[in-house]
Amino acid sequence: MTDKMDTTTRLERLRERYMNGDLDRRGFLGLIGAAGLAYGVQTPFARHALAANVSQVRFDGWGGVVSEAFRKYAFDPYTKQTGIEVVDGTFGGGDEYLSRVKASPTGEYNIAHLSGVFDYARYHNLGLSSELNEANIPNLKYVIPKLVDVFRAVTDGKLSCVPYDYGTTGIAYNRKHVSDDEMKEKGAKILIDERLKDKISGWGDWRTRIWFGALQTDQDPNNATDMDAVWDAIRQHRDLSLKYWGSGAELMSLLAEEEIYVTEGWSGRIYALQEQGHDIGYMDPPNGYGWQECLFVIKGSPMEPCEELLNFMLAPETSIAVAEGQNYPPALDPQKVDLGKKIPTLPAFDPTGKLAGLTFADPGYWNGHEAEWSKTFGRVQKGY
Amino acid sequence: MSVEAREARQPWILLSPALTAVGLLLFVPLIFIVVYSFWLRTASGADQVGFFLDNWQEALTDRFYRDILISTLRIAAITTLVCALMGYPAAYFIARSRGNKAILLLMLMLPFWISYIIRTMSWINILGVSGALNTFLMWTGLVSEPIQMLYNEPTVILGLVHFLLPFMILNVYVSLDGIDMTLEEAATSLGANRWEAFLQVTLPLSLPGLAAGGLLCFVLGAGTYITPLVLGGPSDAMFANLVFEAIITQLNWPLGSALSLMLLAVLGLLVAIYNRYLGMAQLMKGLG
Repeated sequence: MTDKMDTTTRLERLRERYMNGDLDRRGFLGLIGAAGLAYGVQTPFARHALAANVSQVRFDGWGGVVSEAFRKYAFDPYTKQTGIEVVDGTFGGGDEYLSRVKASPTGEYNIAHLSGVFDYARYHNLGLSSELNEANIPNLKYVIPKLVDVFRAVTDGKLSCVPYDYGTTGIAYNRKHVSDDEMKEKGAKILIDERLKDKISGWGDWRTRIWFGALQTDQDPNNATDMDAVWDAIRQHRDLSLKYWGSGAELMSLLAEEEIYVTEGWSGRIYALQEQGHDIGYMDPPNGYGWQECLFVIKGSPMEPCEELLNFMLAPETSIAVAEGQNYPPALDPQKVDLGKKIPTLPAFDPTGKLAGLTFADPGYWNGHEAEWSKTFGRVQKGY
Repeated sequence: MSVEAREARQPWILLSPALTAVGLLLFVPLIFIVVYSFWLRTASGADQVGFFLDNWQEALTDRFYRDILISTLRIAAITTLVCALMGYPAAYFIARSRGNKAILLLMLMLPFWISYIIRTMSWINILGVSGALNTFLMWTGLVSEPIQMLYNEPTVILGLVHFLLPFMILNVYVSLDGIDMTLEEAATSLGANRWEAFLQVTLPLSLPGLAAGGLLCFVLGAGTYITPLVLGGPSDAMFANLVFEAIITQLNWPLGSALSLMLLAVLGLLVAIYNRYLGMAQLMKGLG
């Protein structure tokens, strides 16, 4: 079956053919013009048509192996059964995606693979949440109840998403230079250890920096009372850091190339490095940063087709394949579903399904300070 | 209709597709940005429509923005200077070479065939701890430990020079190529040595090209955000990074609009000064 792709991908492939010399200039410009004309002419009418009779649903996620697993185990079987095509788009980060959604007409984007409960609350506060009919998603019964409940708490008992996977942001360290014993002794404070100056890094994300700043000053990350101390810890970390990383790929590159010896890291990415044979340790310090991802249905989307697609995506074979691809445990309850051999070995995996050992961000607390803290961090990051 | 009236109308008819495109793709979005800059971002992240001067007041009075703007202009100025110093000899060599000029110009254009981001990231493989340069230095025994060369202001400038140097060379080359070579010969026949002939004849005549290249390098350098993001350390941000953060990270489109207009105004002022004293014609030649 031919993969469905969005317009951007289609145009990029066209450009690639042209750059490779497979297409002459006149043909290339002609096709671009024809595509523009066709898109411009059909879009206003197509939108009305879509509203009346859904022929496609758009899904946006992180790309890579995750998209491939979704395509194989969920999108293609879904299209075969329903006749509805899934247009597969990607984004580089939740913030960037929110800007795109905000700038688009209602219904342009349908389902997104979002991070964190605070993102869910953020979308809800911006009026972008929908209301799922859970009767149309029978596979929701396999999901760990704790993961569902935190979303319900944000949207008055209703759901605009289904939980999909979870993980942690812990501390990754190069065992050649930092021992397991030293990590146990220092925990999050290893990130402000003078001995490792210029061999330290961290994610340039304000929430993560504040979370670890709270840990470094022995405070509750969900209720820090001395923010001055937290900002000082962030400044100290900044001055000792080589650089902030901005993506999972950059994190892996910095560690693998030994540009840095210690950083926070996403559990799945660090597992991937370990799988590649790098001697990188991973530790979740006490009160480490737990998070979950969800499949969020954006307001204005065709609900029934979206709910049916979510059900396909939550099916154990899809969830397990995606989890094995991205190295994050699925949201499925291990007490109800056999998750196979690899998933129990993933970092952050909880065989009890209770997730009692993970601390999640309190969305009310974090979103309540978002405007002030994200701005302050922007300044602290640049030397203020 | 008289012939004169028809002739007066013809350029406008011919220009109308381009003017429509510029109007729709440049001026209309710019008006949107101006309007946005007077709105406010609420605590929930939604925009409050109205006429508020808060964003402008913050952008113009907050020392943070002023400092980053000055730092951005400083980095752009250093980059431009390095480009001029490195680009002029290269352009001179191309302009004065015989036979292989086309090949040299083609080589100059080659970097444009590779994505700017890829070109910027390639420095990580060259200057990184396990990059080509460190590997070579350790292989030769010149150093025993890898030297930390990346993620600081000099590497940001290096990345910018790598990106902008071809623009400088092209502009200077166009200017040098248009100079009558017999003028230098005339100067030498009147007693000047080659260096004096260059200083008193060629250099002054090529200054418009140097200025046009300088303007392009400066404006493009001051507006970049990829290079400091990839090659900079924690504190090496430029003004465009602030715009990115305001719009994407903080979802504060109104403030981001005000900041982007502020950068546009500063760079626009520089272009206006350039146009006042040197005119845009030279720049057009270089771009053409």
